[in-house]
Amino acid sequence: MDPKVAALIDKYRGYEGGLVPLLQEAQDLKGYLPREVLEQIAGGMHTSLAKVYGVATFYSQFHLKPRGKNIIRVCQGTACHVRGGTEIMARFEKELGVGSGETTPDLNFTLESVACIGACGLAPVITVNDDTHGRLTPDKIPGILEQYQERGGKQ
Amino acid sequence: MMPNRILICGGTGCISSHSRPVMDRLEKELQQANLDQEYQIIFTGCQGFCEQGPIIIVEKDSTFYCRVDPDQVPAIVQDHLKAGRPVEELLYTNPDTGITARTRDEVVFFQKQKRLVLHNCGLIDPENIDEYIARGGYKALEKALAADPLQIIEMIKKSGLRGRGGGGFPAGIKWETARNAAGKHKYVVCNADEGDPGAFMDRSIMEGDPHAVLEGMLIAGFAIGAQEGYIYIRAEYPLAVRRLLAAIRQAEEKGFIGDKILGSGFGFRIRVKQGAGAFVCGEETALIESIQGNRGMPRPRPPFPAIKGVWDMPTNVNNVETLANIPVILGMGAGEYAKIGTQQSKGTKIFALTGKINNTGLAEVPMGITLREIIYDIGGGIKDGKKFKAVQIGGPSGGCIPAEHLDVAIDYDSLISLGAMMGSGGLVVMDEETCMVDVARFFLTFTRTESCGKCTPCREGTKRLLEILERIVEGKGEKRDLETLERLGRNIIDSSLCGLGQSAPNPILSTLRYFRSEYELHIEQKVCPAGVCKALKHYRVIPEKCKACGLCKQECPVGAITGEKKAPHVIDPAKCAKCGECVKKCPFEAIVHG
Ligand SMILES: Cc1cc2nc3c(=O)[nH]c(=O)nc-3n(C[C@H](O)[C@H](O)[C@H](O)COP(=O)(O)O)c2cc1C
Ligand code: FES
Repeated sequence: MDPKVAALIDKYRGYEGGLVPLLQEAQDLKGYLPREVLEQIAGGMHTSLAKVYGVATFYSQFHLKPRGKNIIRVCQGTACHVRGGTEIMARFEKELGVGSGETTPDLNFTLESVACIGACGLAPVITVNDDTHGRLTPDKIPGILEQYQERGGKQ
Repeated sequence: MMPNRILICGGTGCISSHSRPVMDRLEKELQQANLDQEYQIIFTGCQGFCEQGPIIIVEKDSTFYCRVDPDQVPAIVQDHLKAGRPVEELLYTNPDTGITARTRDEVVFFQKQKRLVLHNCGLIDPENIDEYIARGGYKALEKALAADPLQIIEMIKKSGLRGRGGGGFPAGIKWETARNAAGKHKYVVCNADEGDPGAFMDRSIMEGDPHAVLEGMLIAGFAIGAQEGYIYIRAEYPLAVRRLLAAIRQAEEKGFIGDKILGSGFGFRIRVKQGAGAFVCGEETALIESIQGNRGMPRPRPPFPAIKGVWDMPTNVNNVETLANIPVILGMGAGEYAKIGTQQSKGTKIFALTGKINNTGLAEVPMGITLREIIYDIGGGIKDGKKFKAVQIGGPSGGCIPAEHLDVAIDYDSLISLGAMMGSGGLVVMDEETCMVDVARFFLTFTRTESCGKCTPCREGTKRLLEILERIVEGKGEKRDLETLERLGRNIIDSSLCGLGQSAPNPILSTLRYFRSEYELHIEQKVCPAGVCKALKHYRVIPEKCKACGLCKQECPVGAITGEKKAPHVIDPAKCAKCGECVKKCPFEAIVHG
């Protein structure tokens, strides 16, 4: 039993509709939602594991597997698609050696696709963690990865 | 003395074009020049002209600078602020006319706009409630609280305001229904899920003028008799969440939110709920399920949320832009407001211009403007001098409109008759290099993934549609596929549970309607005229142009190119991976595909 998760459960127990924000905060804490955490939440919220699992798997934001230190989200929205979003994704896959939805073995990067981040004016767009990078071309990608590689290394 | 203001755009677009370093540099330079008492830097919301970001406005003489780099900041301080000579090279020059604009009003992008809802966006500090109040903010709420709720509802009905979230349902009638519905509690929900890819107007309103949304919710709450409001916002918008939370806190401190608002008997609270990444949660009944902590699956309507919504209580769900229109209507009066727009669609609409267009960004225009005016006058035409092919309107539920309809006056109804829909107002412009079959496949990939799976027509139907489209772009299409697409598409529209399925086939039906021959070429001749579909690309060398330099041979990653010195090279189609690297490398333009 994780005491920090227990504290979150206490915070949301009496709160109607609290399951989604509870899962959000638990994931912020752990980086992902391992089975033990889902079980603890189900027990603490007096609901079934099936219900918690159902909610956690419905939303694309929740992750049941560990994720990388840096999260790269490549926009595959319409505006980005017509301005070459597919090539951006292909280049990331090539540089990182993983596919969309996967994490590099050194847990440095997770590569994901996202449907529109609302910066379509600068398509094609990606976000790395909370930073947005726009007007991309495939050739800019190694440079971007390098920025975060260094940061990851220092931490 | 009031300091002069310098506005720097802090919308998401400009922030990703590095407006923060520009601001930091400006701060430093002002200090060094001893001007930091005289000038005040304001980090604003989106100006809308995202293509030209980062944008700076020097308010004392309205100078409008674009694409500012931190290293150009000293020139602004020294030449402009100190010596009074605006920095020419940072002004916007119209690429068509060569005319340079000094102020925002002289920039064509802004000239055809009618910025009512966006009137504060880019001109105030969104994190400071006093700036909102100074420009007339919360006056509409004051006015509303002095009136009878029924009068407010009458006024909204008279204004003709229709929902900006896609459906275009008359806002006043929805409010009336919620007011008349029986319930111990009532709720106002602001739909800020903005799921249509290619749309970012709601985001810009929330980031640039969050109090306008709060004020709209408060007035709606007062009119229908609600005590509580939720803003349901997608998690991909962290900056908007932060600014909304700050705005709510400040409005509470000033007594605009809380008990006995402005001394009246009306009390109202607003809570922010973050989505967790599911497109279908933009649909109002799914959104309500999600607020209640469940899987966000829609349920049949009726009962509509106005009768039975959050916790089964009457709930008025409105979109961000709809709500931001409310203070405008109360401010100018319903009669004046109803003079703007067309017979059936009143007021303005904010469109997001994206895709292969020169001026990407946000533009607020009166309903009834033509697509041509938006794309060519405001949007500056097609990128790189290419030819216009179609504009996609309304996101995954919308359709593609070809060149022959560019002069139709757009409103909710004309778009539907063209096989598209207003949706949230995303306009994705496509040029001759866009393949319409690929576009349809793209949208179906989206709706297939986002289908929640509750009803069979949508869950299975979108999958089948997508399979057929994938076959076609891979060159395995069959003649009867087109008929199947149409029949299946209509069935899905007729039998799906919610708007997602009911509109998912639209991108296929509209491209079939206007670009049928393109589908036929893919199927019958195995050709993609736009040169997008990889499987249908065939690369070949034009022997007369080839100088046998060997560059393509070196570049080819799969060894598909052969050729001796002085002899034209050849590409082996069986080996070719269709990556296109040889085309890029060839100095003589001797390699083509088709
Ligand atoms: C699949 C689907 C997605 C939707 N997404 C949104 C959305 O992101 N934002 C929005 O305001 N309305 C969205 N809607 C429309 C809402 O269901 C609802 O009609 C709207 O919020 C009502 O507000 P309005 O009358 O002010 O437009 C969506 C509808 C469907 C069927
Ligand atoms: S489509 Fe990529 S940011 Fe909107």
